[in-house]
Amino acid sequence: MQLVFVQFMTGLASAASLFLVASGLSIIFGVTRIVNFAHGAFYMLGAYVAYTLTDRFTGAFGFWFALLAAAAIVAIVGCLLEMTLLRRIYQAPELFQLLATFGVTLMVQDLVLLIWGPEDLVGPRAPGLAGAVEIFGKRIPSYDLFLIALGPLVLAGLWLLFHRTRWGVLVRAATLDRSMVAALGINQKWLFTGVFGLGVFLAALGGALQIPRDAVNHGMDLRIIVEAFVVVVIGGLGSTTGAFVAAILVSQLNAFGILVLPKISLVLVFLVMAVVLVVRPWGLFGTRPPPAQASIGMAVRPWRPLAPGEIAVAAAVVAAVALMPLWLGHYALTVASEILIFVLFAASLHLLMSVGGLASFGHAAYFGLGAYGAAFVVKAAGLPMLAAIAAGPLLAALGAAVVGWFAVSLSGVYFAMLTLAFSQIVWSIAFQWVDVTGGDNGILGLWPDAFAASPAAFFWLTLAVVTPALVWLHMVIFSPFGYALRAVRDSELRAEAIGIDRRRVQWIAFVIAGTAAGLGGALFAFLKGSIFPDVMAIPTSVDGLVMVLLGGVETVLGPIVGAVVFKALAMWLISQTDYSKLVLGAVVVALVVAFPKGIVGTLADWRDRLTARRGAGPSDAEASADATAAEPPAGTMAPAPSPATVAGRTRP
Amino acid sequence: MTHKLAVANLNAYYGQAHILFDVAFTVAPGEVVALLGRNGAGKSTTFLSIMAMVERRSGTVLFEGDDVSRLPTYAIARRGLGFVPENRRIFADLTVEENLMVGRQAPRPGAPGWTPETLFALFPNLAEMRKRPGGRMSGGEQQMLTIARTLMGNPSLVLLDEPSEGLAPKIVEQMAAAILTMKREGLAIVLSEQNLHFARLISDRAVILEKGRVRFSGSLAELEARPDIRDAYLAV
Ligand SMILES: Nc1ncnc2c1ncn2[C@@H]1O[C@H](COP(=O)(O)OP(=O)(O)O)[C@@H](O)[C@H]1O
Ligand SMILES: [Mg+2]
Repeated sequence: MQLVFVQFMTGLASAASLFLVASGLSIIFGVTRIVNFAHGAFYMLGAYVAYTLTDRFTGAFGFWFALLAAAAIVAIVGCLLEMTLLRRIYQAPELFQLLATFGVTLMVQDLVLLIWGPEDLVGPRAPGLAGAVEIFGKRIPSYDLFLIALGPLVLAGLWLLFHRTRWGVLVRAATLDRSMVAALGINQKWLFTGVFGLGVFLAALGGALQIPRDAVNHGMDLRIIVEAFVVVVIGGLGSTTGAFVAAILVSQLNAFGILVLPKISLVLVFLVMAVVLVVRPWGLFGTRPPPAQASIGMAVRPWRPLAPGEIAVAAAVVAAVALMPLWLGHYALTVASEILIFVLFAASLHLLMSVGGLASFGHAAYFGLGAYGAAFVVKAAGLPMLAAIAAGPLLAALGAAVVGWFAVSLSGVYFAMLTLAFSQIVWSIAFQWVDVTGGDNGILGLWPDAFAASPAAFFWLTLAVVTPALVWLHMVIFSPFGYALRAVRDSELRAEAIGIDRRRVQWIAFVIAGTAAGLGGALFAFLKGSIFPDVMAIPTSVDGLVMVLLGGVETVLGPIVGAVVFKALAMWLISQTDYSKLVLGAVVVALVVAFPKGIVGTLADWRDRLTARRGAGPSDAEASADATAAEPPAGTMAPAPSPATVAGRTRP
Repeated sequence: MTHKLAVANLNAYYGQAHILFDVAFTVAPGEVVALLGRNGAGKSTTFLSIMAMVERRSGTVLFEGDDVSRLPTYAIARRGLGFVPENRRIFADLTVEENLMVGRQAPRPGAPGWTPETLFALFPNLAEMRKRPGGRMSGGEQQMLTIARTLMGNPSLVLLDEPSEGLAPKIVEQMAAAILTMKREGLAIVLSEQNLHFARLISDRAVILEKGRVRFSGSLAELEARPDIRDAYLAV
């Protein structure tokens, strides 16, 4: 009983910071409609800055001043970010907003490393709250009691801010109808900046408040953002009360999960989240979000399957790739195999996000499940490699079937957050369930069978598996099923009117994409000879998204080109600099802001423009006529098209 | 005296669709102009274009002699050009008082000034539900609230998009009385309506739109003398 009480109090204390972060996330989303992935980064920055400041300012007054000052400083950084980056992407598809803020997260990770070094930092105890209070015969840290009291106080403070100040009322009004607020003479620009600053302040304060409890470390950002996503999915995006209730719920589940299911405690959170989603898809206190302003994949050049001539070109490319072992060394061939595997990974994600319009932020889970599936088959059943490569994806398919069943009831940012949260749960199971997965030590000794032991042979094997898989994915896109998938992406209502079952179609796509990713994962396990939980962590998922984005979200061949370029660049970058995340993050941000069509999309634009200029053939003339028609008349008042509207512009 | 509002060569587009074709009209200070036309004629689009709330448009919008066509929406509203959109668009979760608070702007010299109290006098129904969320009001009450909300900005001209739409006859009368009071205070008003019933109670002049083009422009008396135009372009 006493243990239960202690766990309960610990859970409540942990809920405070989680509530601060999640409510900030919710408030920002309410007004700007951006799910700020960088929120975890601001939480971490808050902790680091507070660490430095508490070092400088000591004493009771100094300590509390340092915490508030840290939050304020980070909030100012947040405002600057809003003014320089987010203002450019408010009209962009949600995927781009998530990716851009994730790029910022990556950059912050390396910046923190540069400024504060790699060690965990232990901050001071809170003056006057360093001791413990005895309750029911158990000693509860007084700082925990302080945090427990703080949560409701902040909730009340936010309520007063939003109901008793004009600024707060404006924020609520903007959450309901932004353009009406502008029509009443309010400059939303500064409202948005202010709201973003408030949200970041809350996140940074949440981080700063952690320093007396926990060491400041580099994993803080992603850990908290995943929890915050779970909280807003359960509580309802946009509701501070929901964030409060769900933060307590999630913290209690975490606290008691350790007691009940020590090996796989996060499964509890998974179960609760699943139940909430079934009962109330928009969260306990949430309302149905407004439709996305721009969905990805839509309004593009019509896709068409490869023409016979192009098939010949593709076959020639495959043949040329097959000849690579003749002139590449061992290391280069291993790299090439890895690139091939990620081409399949990116192509599988493309099916979901471009064809299906469902941007998954947790696709790595199925890649990892495929890898673990293959490893289990080898280790437990002692089957040979090929059997493992065939069986591994089955585990991925199973996982995708379960997660997909819940995920496809949502769309947009909810889908993104949910897939991310589920993937993180899969990751933590691999991490926690040491008996089965080896935990952090992974599963070692997954060597290919003798016939594929040489890098060249394994490369050929990879090519022989990946090529048919890509062809199959391509055929899926241009099958009746693929058309149905695009139909529900472009107009759910109209698609359902002609008898397409949206959820079923998207669920099947989710399973197909997961299975294909799992096939890549199974190959990956044998390529590396081992498998670790990190392969299914968030960075792998985001790598996949960046590959598709870099290649061109709205193109068919984008993922292939994107994966090759991205993977090659990333590997080169890691060999060149210790701060590859900084560069990578900057690249992601730049891509979203300046280059949203990706490589293939941009090339296609050039080709179109070139043929249009030559004016050869009726279809080209039509294209050029349309291009001029699309230009606003002289003296137009139209604002300059943002990158996103350019990306979304139709072309016949 | 120059025009309060002078719109010229106004063209507007939704995507590839060209909706307004060289729309032009003027409003004198203190004048009530009815912008008439059937459903889909382009009345709302005209208002939205003036307020810079459509994606793409061209033309000039002179407000008090200044070209406001390149300003963002909020800056146009800040100059005293009030807009009451169709479908009311009140903030459903905000109380009556909070809705009014959102519309508040500093008093403007040369324009009638309003406070919540004077607005509650203008719309007595609202006075009885100050703490009620906008979402739990009747259509007529919402329509009054949306006008009151815009008046909180102390505009010198308001664009009223179909204020009588969907209201019970009794409420329509109250609405007409309120608009006449606004006019008496010196407010210039552009009022859009599908037919003459409501507009003739309060308007000085009429501009008729059809398929995005101006088909008639003149005094109300002139329009009354032309039943052919009325039958051709207006709803009954
Ligand atoms: N958001 C929109 N997208 C595309 N077309 C629109 C949109 N809003 C209005 N239209 C079209 O523009 C034309 C004018 O509409 P509107 O200005 O609303 O007319 P009114 O207010 O006179 O009824 C109509 O043909 C209507 O179908
Ligand atoms: Mg209308």
